Amino acid sequence: MAEILFWLLTALTLMGALMVVFSKNPVHSVLWLILVFFAISGHYIMMNAQFLAIVNLIVYAGAIMVLFLFVIMLMNMNSDTEPQKNKWLKMAGAIAGGSLLLVLVAALKDTDIKTRSLSGAEGNIGLVQELGKVLFTDYVLPFEISSVLFLSAMVGAVVIGKKN
Amino acid sequence: MPVNYYIFLSVALFCIGIAGVLTRRNAIVIFMCIELMLNAVNILLVAFSKMHHLAGLAADAGSRAGSEGQMFVFFIMVVAAAEVTVGLAIIVMMYRNIHSVDINFLNRLKH
Repeated sequence: MAEILFWLLTALTLMGALMVVFSKNPVHSVLWLILVFFAISGHYIMMNAQFLAIVNLIVYAGAIMVLFLFVIMLMNMNSDTEPQKNKWLKMAGAIAGGSLLLVLVAALKDTDIKTRSLSGAEGNIGLVQELGKVLFTDYVLPFEISSVLFLSAMVGAVVIGKKN
Repeated sequence: MPVNYYIFLSVALFCIGIAGVLTRRNAIVIFMCIELMLNAVNILLVAFSKMHHLAGLAADAGSRAGSEGQMFVFFIMVVAAAEVTVGLAIIVMMYRNIHSVDINFLNRLKH
């Protein structure tokens, strides 16, 4: 059962990622990316990271993707008018990505940890109770610093987007 | 599932993201491919967190080993959200000035 679910989610993830790259229309890319995020959330649930799965859905699929969609529709770019790039340049990009895949797979296929199993539902570090305890004791300084980061990002977005 | 399946899934997702960044010209699609790469790393971190946690449980039943990996994923999401706001503001500004999001128009930054 878990195996079937894993392969289903993996197929969804990789197909959605490929369609993000190959769609001509940016709105279709956004919708495929939302599908990828849902599949990744499924993977998180299968790895017992329930809190991250929900945060992934809320933050990525809910907030960031709506922001993307908003910008695309604001700029009225939902037409597939991307000018054609040089064909050789495109092929060079695809070959570069494929070679990186080849090198990484060749380097990682004989690792020592490859038979370590991840199945099983034991452990509860993925629950919000445990993660909150860790976040507000050991990681409270990075948490506060990230709030400063958010504030500066907000100020930066307003300053950049302001009409002068 | 063995951990190397998750490693290969995340490697494949990362390489699709890289190929997308290299082949597409629309700045927004390039941004989405960067999100794809961030999520590939997140999957890898969660998988290793689970692996580490299972090893910790074998040694000690009440262990909380492995929650660091999930904390990292949490902070990566925070940074990604901040990055997207600034990046989309830059793209909107660029569209307002040159009426296009084609990155080839940006090579005037060289001069």
